[in-house]
Amino acid sequence: MDVPANHGSSPGADASSASRASLQTVLGVGCTLVMCGVALVPTVRILCAGTSESVRLTWDLFHGAFCIGIDPLSAFFLLPILGLSALAAIYGGNYLLAYRDKKSLGSTWFFFNLFVAGMISVVIARTAFLFLVAWEVMSLSAYFLVTFEHEKAEVRRAGWIYLVATHLGVAFIFAAFVLLGRRAGSLEFDVIQDMPATDSVTAGVVFVLATIGFGAKAGFVPFHVWLPEAHPAAPSHVSALMSGVMIKMGIYGLVRIVTFMGPPAPWWGLTLGALGLLTALVGISLALHQRDMKRVLAYSSIENMGLIGLALGIGLWGWANRLPTVAVLGMTAALLHVWNHGLMKCLMFFAAGSVLHGTGTADMEKQGGLMKRMPWTASALIVGAVAIASLPPLNGFVSKWLIYSSLLRCNSSSTGASGLAPLLTIGLLALIGGLAAIAFVRLTGVVLLGSPRSKAAELAHESSAWMLGPMAILAGLCVTAALIPRVVTGQMRHVLDQVLGTEASRSLLRLETSDTPLQIVGVINAWTIVAFVAATFLLIARSRKPTRKDAPTWGCGYVKPTVRMQYTGRSFAETISEHLLPRFLRPRIGGQLPRGLFPAESRFTAECPDPVSDRVYEPFFGRWAERFARLRVLQQGKIHVYLVYIAVVVVLALAWVSIRGLWGTA
Amino acid sequence: MNTIIHDSVHVVLAFSLPPLLLGVIAKTKALFAGRVGPPLLQPYYDLFKLFQKGSVYSTTTTWVFRAGAVVGFVSAGIAVLLIPLSGSAAPISFTGDLILFAYLLGLGRFFTASAALDTGSAFEGMGAAREVTFACLAEPAFFLGLLVLAKLSGSLQLSGMLGSSLATHWANAGDSLALVLLSWFIVLLAENSRIPFDDPNTHLELTMIHEVMVLDHGGPAFGMILYGAALKLFVFGALVVRLAVPMTVGSAWLDWPIFVAGLLVVAVVIGVVESTMARLRLTRVPVLLVAACLLSAFAIILLVR
Repeated sequence: MDVPANHGSSPGADASSASRASLQTVLGVGCTLVMCGVALVPTVRILCAGTSESVRLTWDLFHGAFCIGIDPLSAFFLLPILGLSALAAIYGGNYLLAYRDKKSLGSTWFFFNLFVAGMISVVIARTAFLFLVAWEVMSLSAYFLVTFEHEKAEVRRAGWIYLVATHLGVAFIFAAFVLLGRRAGSLEFDVIQDMPATDSVTAGVVFVLATIGFGAKAGFVPFHVWLPEAHPAAPSHVSALMSGVMIKMGIYGLVRIVTFMGPPAPWWGLTLGALGLLTALVGISLALHQRDMKRVLAYSSIENMGLIGLALGIGLWGWANRLPTVAVLGMTAALLHVWNHGLMKCLMFFAAGSVLHGTGTADMEKQGGLMKRMPWTASALIVGAVAIASLPPLNGFVSKWLIYSSLLRCNSSSTGASGLAPLLTIGLLALIGGLAAIAFVRLTGVVLLGSPRSKAAELAHESSAWMLGPMAILAGLCVTAALIPRVVTGQMRHVLDQVLGTEASRSLLRLETSDTPLQIVGVINAWTIVAFVAATFLLIARSRKPTRKDAPTWGCGYVKPTVRMQYTGRSFAETISEHLLPRFLRPRIGGQLPRGLFPAESRFTAECPDPVSDRVYEPFFGRWAERFARLRVLQQGKIHVYLVYIAVVVVLALAWVSIRGLWGTA
Repeated sequence: MNTIIHDSVHVVLAFSLPPLLLGVIAKTKALFAGRVGPPLLQPYYDLFKLFQKGSVYSTTTTWVFRAGAVVGFVSAGIAVLLIPLSGSAAPISFTGDLILFAYLLGLGRFFTASAALDTGSAFEGMGAAREVTFACLAEPAFFLGLLVLAKLSGSLQLSGMLGSSLATHWANAGDSLALVLLSWFIVLLAENSRIPFDDPNTHLELTMIHEVMVLDHGGPAFGMILYGAALKLFVFGALVVRLAVPMTVGSAWLDWPIFVAGLLVVAVVIGVVESTMARLRLTRVPVLLVAACLLSAFAIILLVR
């Protein structure tokens, strides 16, 4: 995605269009802020009090009345929607001004507000019909936001993939609700919830349908293919919101459906956990060799959704096996990571958008040296990177710690060979952590550090305070959440009550009072930060002028080192992504290497399309498209042929009806 | 009162011994080569001198470059407080501290590698890439080894896992523990960039992983890095010693000397390995690390079979 590099007042733009653009921006941002502000009041109240409230109108909507409500689970997911949407609106207001000469901002703000409203409606809908309508509003308005720069072919392609994926997913969700509604006789959530325990086969089928349907939204492998396309195509504040909030709606839907069906079967937890682990491994492996910054972030979102899925799977497994500690730890880890990932992924997309804004390109290999040119954005990106690589002392570590803890408890409560699975999962989780560290050292190192690799990076400029402010708030929240992890997880008590039952939440209380490792993690995080500050002062005190000198980087004896000698993003990950990853996940290397004594033309290309869409979906759908193309014989474009079809169909229908009539009388 | 004395001994040992290990390794190597070698306390003199020196900063660098030295040192310094040195608990000990331990070392690595990239030098970028790549393979091996101990002791604290109860497990699960010991020794060599992974003696093209990342550091910052690296060596050495010699006599006056003696033996063994082996070809390094992972995985399988 290219942004016009100079967004200052261009002399050609006439005053009236500029004032219209600012009016549209003020209205659009204002609407979002008002909407979020109003909704924040009941959300916070219900999250703290643990009550629930609902509104029911006597308006019959397809097997159920119009009913909306907020319970702790809704409130839990509402909070990030509201907070992050407000920040994204403030950020986006300034971000989109760069486009004011080329685009009408009114329509994009209309869809932005519709998108936020759609997400809010998804979590407050209390009947399946309303839920599906809200789901579609959310998905479709996101489509229009993704295709903001629809004049570009790759953006249209991304939008198309997103649209197809989201609608395939919705079909499964629809089927799950139909199955539930048929048994309950109503599509209202309250009725479905109060229904006596569903038989295990139906419940299993509903769970599988929901996992596929909501997994397509959440980005579980192999349904993730839309994410790496849509996130880079969308404007950055929209990518942030999609990645930080919208994909979490998949998790919300899954948790909501699970609460309908009472205690789960153990295999649900195992399936979800395995799917989550696969998603995390594939996501982070593919993040290693992407060139587009926002694609790296998109794959990292897939990884993190995988981690949430894994934690949720552990929680379900513990619930099914009546191990309240495992259930509570797993669920808390999943929920905490929903919040944490929202914070850090929004932060990173904001920072990436700011880099895009400042340099005009998202290509990592054209960046470099931005820490000197846009220090605030760059520092925010580093905070986000440390958080998302789940390193202490930031919030990502706290949720990773909880996931590890739940797995360790899983292990201590299982015996024999079945204890092997959690242990090997921990080994793989350590591998995921190591890969994430590579991916994010690479991202920050290549984009922010070293010398600029292109003219665009050399001329980069820092963004305005409207864009930096939201980043600063998010970075501050990432630190705060890491310092007071127990306060944060304490807010989840009512959610756990609602999902797991009060027995489980008592065990959370026990976990909090008997030993308080979470508290200790927070304290150590704080002391780590204090130690950093102290050591920094020590170092600064020891290396003051006049004993301090500045000199160029040592070229290791090379007389004329150039910036092109720096390690590139590709070379940084070469060992791991081109030699150690499974062949399926490696980038595609091609070109013509220099040959012979007098080499002529030589080229080198490295492509990294998503392997699942490239090697599975595209051949599959391509083959079916070919087969269906044969049916075009029927489509002659001649009216009399169509009339013949109609006549044939009518005759066949009549024949069917009369045969059935005969059957009935016989 | 007892714990206060114990904790202060822990802190004093943990922060004073690490450079000595470097000295012992250097002396061992010198003896093998038939040289006299530098004095045992040379690393202390080096550190002292570095902290007196002025510093030169590259004009390409930013705060990340300085943070590399600080974070590497601080994270190793906190990690050392998490591991038990003799039979009794470490100063900081809580359920799940093993995860904090591993990720603190990861944090140090993140910033050391970022600092290397901050210089914009091709060599240091290369070192950073290798460091993070190899660490990513060493981490699962280390974690799986920890899990063996967690499974045996039923504890989720490093102090419980490496406590004196470990001695009884050598009798009934000696095969698993021996595999873990081997795997951790490989991890120790890899994490501290010793031969056969890397040759820490040279500062240029021959040293391709850790030392190459710190080419542009000088003065106090370089001192911090060296000290942090020594701390890391101490941390992994201590883990190996606890695993190999878990028995305690019961009296702190004897347990501490036993631990220190064990640590010095580990340093000598590293010196012997460095004197008798050549550096592996770079493409063989991942093979050895994967082997370490598999050793730990086998240890687990032996345990749960």
